[in-house]
Amino acid sequence: MSVVIENVGKTFIDSKKNKVMALKNINFTIEEEEFVVLVGPSGCGKSTLLNIVGGLLSPTSGSVYFEGIEENPNLGIVFQEIALFPWRTVFENVVYGLQEKGASKKEQQEIGNHYIDMVGLSDFKNAYPKQLSGGMKQRAGIARALAVEPDLLLMDEPFSALDAQTRTLMQEELLTIWNRTRLSTLYVTHNIEEAVYLADRVIVLSRHPGQIKQIINIDLPKTGRNDEKYRLQSSKYADEIWQLIRHDAEEALKE
Amino acid sequence: MEKQKQVITNRVAFLDKKVPFYTSFLGIAGILILWEIISRIGIVSPLFLPAPSNIIITGWEMLVSGEIYGNLTASLYRIVLGYAIGATFGILIGLILGFFKVADAIGTPIVYAIYPIPKIALLPLFILWLGIGELSKVTIIALGVFFPVVINTFSGVKSVDPMLIKAAVTFGSNRINVIRKVILPGSLPMIFAGLKLAAGTSLLLLVSAEMIAAQEGIGSMVLHYGNLMITSKLMVGVLILSMLGLIFNRGLRWLEYKLIPWKE
Repeated sequence: MSVVIENVGKTFIDSKKNKVMALKNINFTIEEEEFVVLVGPSGCGKSTLLNIVGGLLSPTSGSVYFEGIEENPNLGIVFQEIALFPWRTVFENVVYGLQEKGASKKEQQEIGNHYIDMVGLSDFKNAYPKQLSGGMKQRAGIARALAVEPDLLLMDEPFSALDAQTRTLMQEELLTIWNRTRLSTLYVTHNIEEAVYLADRVIVLSRHPGQIKQIINIDLPKTGRNDEKYRLQSSKYADEIWQLIRHDAEEALKE
Repeated sequence: MEKQKQVITNRVAFLDKKVPFYTSFLGIAGILILWEIISRIGIVSPLFLPAPSNIIITGWEMLVSGEIYGNLTASLYRIVLGYAIGATFGILIGLILGFFKVADAIGTPIVYAIYPIPKIALLPLFILWLGIGELSKVTIIALGVFFPVVINTFSGVKSVDPMLIKAAVTFGSNRINVIRKVILPGSLPMIFAGLKLAAGTSLLLLVSAEMIAAQEGIGSMVLHYGNLMITSKLMVGVLILSMLGLIFNRGLRWLEYKLIPWKE
């Protein structure tokens, strides 16, 4: 199974009735068990692209399709805004997708508990989102996306609202979880270190219009990229990406 | 030479200042005692301001004689029925206006056009249409409840976070489940705000309607004793209304707490 993003373009009409091209000519494929990270300066259309892949926005041109799959593909999205249902407990949030698919109570219990355990929220199963810290909320958000056992996992800057320390821990945790589930993943971030730390492949986007500037394969082992021996290589990748983005980021600052 | 020392103190300490829990009891008790004294020593004639003890004794007598019971049941019947009808239709129509764009385009301007009319001004019209019996009074209360509830429900539906709708759709919800599982619970807090607002309105309309056109009821009782200048009995009526409002409000808050446990 692979996910093909083919010639995708998106044009918005802004408040002054001008046409704004947010995305142009986007082509890439997410392979089975591949972790792809989209990185780019603000306003490069990376979230727009993720929303198109997630079926929450229609592209102006081109299309997104799954190859080598029989049924309707299952998607799991982890939102930047987290978007947990405040009136549902952690457990009820996590099994939401299962309920909608008509899973039995027993299945819901089993799968729900499994993923709540995986993200380390067992003690907070019956808590409402309001009672959780930011990091715990996003863990619940991740468990909700994993619980539908998606064919493609989409993550839209999931940790950007967290403080730096929580964020580092969550990145490590995400990798551990990913190694257990090995889901095809599309991850959006503006954080270059995060991209290098998580990705098999980094897709660098430029802005005005959002286009693929370069695709960089990260040839590092999937775990332990924080280790001393990979530090140098990691920072080389980060530097390479920063050089690609820098000019655009400076331009973005002037707006 | 000794060094001068300037200690920095918390200058916003007054923000955290706590008042002991019994302060409000003491305050109210103090006012009642003062009131009692003023009436007892005759600074103010009991015709204008009967003593609290006098009001309580009168209230007990009216309770025993069954006068309160008769008037209270008449009033409760009107307000409960009117409130229930108004709230039910308010929530229903509010949801419809919120969900369906066509209904919104047609219905919302009508709602906002009728909303500012002081509902009591319509009582003569309703008496003309529906007669002077219970129906016209219940209708005016229902109408007064309907508007704050419909407008709050409508804005509640509109204020549901679109991210939550996106999340629900992503995880497989169809449109009906989006309404049932996201929009409805999401607008509950606003619906309750409307219900609480309407509680005050319904009480106001009840009393006004009873003063204009009723033989029985707390409102007509208050007016009746006002005309006869029996102030202590009038005060008993006012006291009952105050308690009615308090119970109403507390009841709604309890219900809100039960239905929306995730808010607190």
